[in-house]
Amino acid sequence: MKARIIVTLKTGVLDPQGKAIEAALTSFGLAGIDSVRQGKVFDVEIAGDDRAAAEATLKSACEKLLANTVVENYAIEIA
Amino acid sequence: MRAAIIVFPGSNRDADVSRALTQAGADVVKVWHADTELPAGTDLAVLPGGFSYGDYLRCGAIAGRAAAMDAVRAHAARGGLVLGICNGFQILCESGLLPGVLMRNVDRRFICHRQLLRVERADTRFTSAYTKDQVIDVCVAHGEGNYFADPDTIARLEGEGRVAFRYSDAAGNLTVDANRNGSLNSIAGIYSEQLNVLGLMPHPENFVEGLVGGTDGRGLFASLAA
Repeated sequence: MKARIIVTLKTGVLDPQGKAIEAALTSFGLAGIDSVRQGKVFDVEIAGDDRAAAEATLKSACEKLLANTVVENYAIEIA
Repeated sequence: MRAAIIVFPGSNRDADVSRALTQAGADVVKVWHADTELPAGTDLAVLPGGFSYGDYLRCGAIAGRAAAMDAVRAHAARGGLVLGICNGFQILCESGLLPGVLMRNVDRRFICHRQLLRVERADTRFTSAYTKDQVIDVCVAHGEGNYFADPDTIARLEGEGRVAFRYSDAAGNLTVDANRNGSLNSIAGIYSEQLNVLGLMPHPENFVEGLVGGTDGRGLFASLAA
């Protein structure tokens, strides 16, 4: 099975890199970009086809390492 | 004083902190990150500066889960002393030994310069050689030193007197200019609840020899070795 984990900064947490990207995009003259927040994507391959077990494993991976839940949220998508 | 310096792949300030501790009279051994125990009789575990695991994922994230960190956690739970400098502070936050997180500097630049700090209290095992409100001259060198925590955590740290050092000017004032990385409340270093774990971004080990610019860092190592 393939899964994708998306880690994003929580609302209200300052994102200097996102701000820099936002400023760069604005400087290109691209209209309508109000805000940019940078995050991370992890593509994970999981053995077997037990979706519930995979979800539990990925949740544990996020809590243990992939996200710092002080400042980040995570979302798990299983294909 | 027996100190164990934990060396991770990418640590690069272990020799400097070893020298500062030795100068203060401590016995120093190095411990590889994959080791599962600290040497018997260890009083102080040190997480040195550097770029453990190349700062991959998040600074200190992978090192914070290393085998040796279980031993450091057990050592801290027994009341043992733990000192984390720069990347070591990031590792302490990632490992859960200290609250909060070190975010990218507010202006996105790696900063590397002399830095004045105000000593918030002089009644801990780390700061007894200083005086309260003393301003000391050390160094900073980091890209991710912007201390952040949720408002409840900040209130708890402040209420419990757990801020160790703040970025200040020469008069001890907490100015925006002095707080170059953008840390909340100008926080440069914090203690654990029992005051036996200290994490700080600045490098006191840089300034233990007059020849290289200053000796204000000596106080921290002298306090520990006292």
